[in-house]
Amino acid sequence: MSEMTINLKIWRQKNADDPGRFEEYRLPEVNEHMSFLEMLDVLNEKLIKEDKDPVEFDYDCREGICGSCNLVINGRAHGPKHKTAVCQLHMRNYSDGDTIVIEPPRAAAFPVIRDLVVDRTAFDRIIEAGGYISVGTGAAPEANLIPVPRDTSEEAFDYATCIGCGACVAACPNSSAALFTGAKIAHLNLLPQGSPEREKRTIAMVEQMENEGFGDCSNYAECEAVCPVGISISAIAQMRKDYMKAVF
Amino acid sequence: MKLDPKIPSGPLEEKWDRHLKDIKLVSPNNKRKHNIIVVGTGLAGASAAASLAELGYNVQTFSIMDSARRAHSIAAQGGINAAKNYQNDGDSVWRLFYDTIKGGDYRSREANVYRLAQNSNHIIDQAVAQGVPFGREYGGLLDNRSFGGAQVSRTFYSRGQTGQQLLLGAYQAMMKEVYSGKIKDYPRQEMLDLVVVDGVARGIITRNLVTGEIQKWEADAVVLCTGGYGNVFYLSTNAKNSNATAMWRCHKRGAAFANPCFVQIHPTCIPVSGDYQSKLTLMSESLRNDGRVWVPRKKGDKRPPHEIPEDERYYYLEERYPSFGNLVPRDVASRNAKLVTDDGLGVGETGLAVYLDFRDAIKRDGIEVIRAKYGNLFDMYENITDENPYETPMRIFPAVHYTMGGLWVDYDLMSNIPGLFVAGEANFSDHGANRLGASALMQGLSDGYFIIPYTIGDYLAGTELPKVDTDHDAFKEAADSASGLLDKLLAVKGNKTIIEFHRELGKILWDKVGISRSKEGLESAIKEIRELREEFWQNVKVPGEANYFNKYLEYASRLADYFELAELMALDALDRNESCGCHLRDEYQTEDGEAIRDDKDYAFVSAWEFVDVNGELETKLHKEPLEFEFVEMKQRSYK
Repeated sequence: MSEMTINLKIWRQKNADDPGRFEEYRLPEVNEHMSFLEMLDVLNEKLIKEDKDPVEFDYDCREGICGSCNLVINGRAHGPKHKTAVCQLHMRNYSDGDTIVIEPPRAAAFPVIRDLVVDRTAFDRIIEAGGYISVGTGAAPEANLIPVPRDTSEEAFDYATCIGCGACVAACPNSSAALFTGAKIAHLNLLPQGSPEREKRTIAMVEQMENEGFGDCSNYAECEAVCPVGISISAIAQMRKDYMKAVF
Repeated sequence: MKLDPKIPSGPLEEKWDRHLKDIKLVSPNNKRKHNIIVVGTGLAGASAAASLAELGYNVQTFSIMDSARRAHSIAAQGGINAAKNYQNDGDSVWRLFYDTIKGGDYRSREANVYRLAQNSNHIIDQAVAQGVPFGREYGGLLDNRSFGGAQVSRTFYSRGQTGQQLLLGAYQAMMKEVYSGKIKDYPRQEMLDLVVVDGVARGIITRNLVTGEIQKWEADAVVLCTGGYGNVFYLSTNAKNSNATAMWRCHKRGAAFANPCFVQIHPTCIPVSGDYQSKLTLMSESLRNDGRVWVPRKKGDKRPPHEIPEDERYYYLEERYPSFGNLVPRDVASRNAKLVTDDGLGVGETGLAVYLDFRDAIKRDGIEVIRAKYGNLFDMYENITDENPYETPMRIFPAVHYTMGGLWVDYDLMSNIPGLFVAGEANFSDHGANRLGASALMQGLSDGYFIIPYTIGDYLAGTELPKVDTDHDAFKEAADSASGLLDKLLAVKGNKTIIEFHRELGKILWDKVGISRSKEGLESAIKEIRELREEFWQNVKVPGEANYFNKYLEYASRLADYFELAELMALDALDRNESCGCHLRDEYQTEDGEAIRDDKDYAFVSAWEFVDVNGELETKLHKEPLEFEFVEMKQRSYK
């Protein structure tokens, strides 16, 4: 089992009003089997023992499904490994003596709360605007009443796997939330159950996305490249198609 | 303390319908006059909040996460059971009920479990209508898989992400009501106390996790949906922030805690690799369909697995359980893994692992067949361990996964504190001493969509609730107590970190209140927990202050509760002089290691009351007898 020393350059910011700055740390005895977040846990144990403020970052499931973690590592959302959330990234991807720069996802719509923790409630407000099928509890028909072709269901599923982490926004030069919004629109609009509200949903969610201060999509496709669950930018095409149909 | 389960009379199949006929309704005009607080937004909380808001109540939802969508229900992999009988293989509500009550080793209530099976079909209908993309056949209809040793195929699934998809369905239903104005959603708020006025739950105290502000919230009813307490063990498959604080603080305000020692330990998880390890990752137990579990026969055999010849491999499950082999239930598989590693036969760097070997399956079916079945799981394993399971056996070990115990509730899911309802994993209601696979999602949604919305109406319609506002002394006292505890933690300024304490507590529990328990071990665990708790309050080092975002302070406050809960778990395990489901007492097993249940003396729900004697934890045991009118209690055997 090999151990290494890692140099860290981490964004520290006390609150939304603090301008913030990078601070540097040297962390010895990093084990290659540690996950990236476990490495930060170890750093924090060291800082606490030295009476320094630990680094705040969001995490929860540490299995790549809850979407809490969203660090930008050496300029790349979720770090170097393709289709891997940062909680599933391991230190064996780094070498002794490496310097790693860690930042929060930067976007006007994601204000910093503290250090690497940001406020992503703008995403909830986009869902609130129309990211659902309006069916009350108890009103549902028998589940097999409406057959859904397997391919349609699988395609809807691919979009539904979005974990809402915000890496797409962090990676986009325009800070656009088009991939997040498009994925939810595509998931619901593709299904027969979602079709009655298709136009209303699409317009409401697209408008809310703009109101939250996210930029427009200019087809850079950086979002797709960093998405930890591999959502395709065809979601954005579906959203645009449905939006055009809805407004004209 | 009076514990009346309030089971309706009549035949099993008619109890719930009769109850629905009898319960009181709140008129639409009056619903909008009632505030209801829902704490936690996982499957139970989100589904309850959405359903209550649709009915017209004013609902406030609280979550410790930054979004309601991130509750730990999201991580459930396998599926959700329902008695649809789409496969025409003889399934029925009765069969789902029977499998669940037997799987729980006859330590749950017949009436509750039957209702769960009845509701299962409505859940699937509701989820499909919400757009949950379940697996489908080519004809466009829903597919099922078999799961957890059931003899029928009744599990609905969304690849390996069923929890995520069901939670997004419930979360979206909830956000629809946020849009309509009937729900006010408060993320990054942690419940720190329950406010009880004249014996009735009337509100909660929270800490705003961004600003640190202690806030008071008034309501006519509180629904607690805050999940299980598996993280008391430090290492578990639970998400890192899942915790027992809301439950425990309710317990300290008078809510009985039922069956705290019933903890499910899942047999197929990726083993611990070092001290830095922060959590454990589950590997779906479907792997046991094709993988063979073994360890070397020789103690301390350090040869790589492929160099160990066939006759020196100990396929212990196949040898000990010839008829079920590698497919014994979760509790049996976990217990046997512990037995062989205790004997020094474990593998890997730590010796705390066993092999799950696909060599023979690959030889038999070809690598492509195995890849098609388990490819994503093999990839996940390789990503975490850096070993290729197509070439070398997986190393697996049991891990804490789910807690069947929880706050005591009656048939209406109301605790013994009027106005405090408890749903999902946070209550104890349906799984007895062992939960079957694919039934946690079912229970959370049954509680939230189809039980709470009715029973809460019955409570509100039948209860005189004088107006209370947050200036009431009870709110002030609870808020002071919540902030006082945080100040006390910050004031210790000791030398040992929170994680160091938690790791030590977890080790005591894992060794002595884990897979197997003994009188001697439990007594020593209680002593060690008390000593460690004392040291914690003298020597813990909590960084920062209370008036801003401070995750380590949140953690310290949760750990303070774990120290008390851990002792109660050990007490409960010590009191239960039998083996049942997950609970194996070394003294109560047959010569070949099978559990011996004692139905004469232990067919009851243990419900513990917290008695605060000058700040010292004192507990009092109450027993709710379990009566089996409709099924016969049998001993399980997998030989």
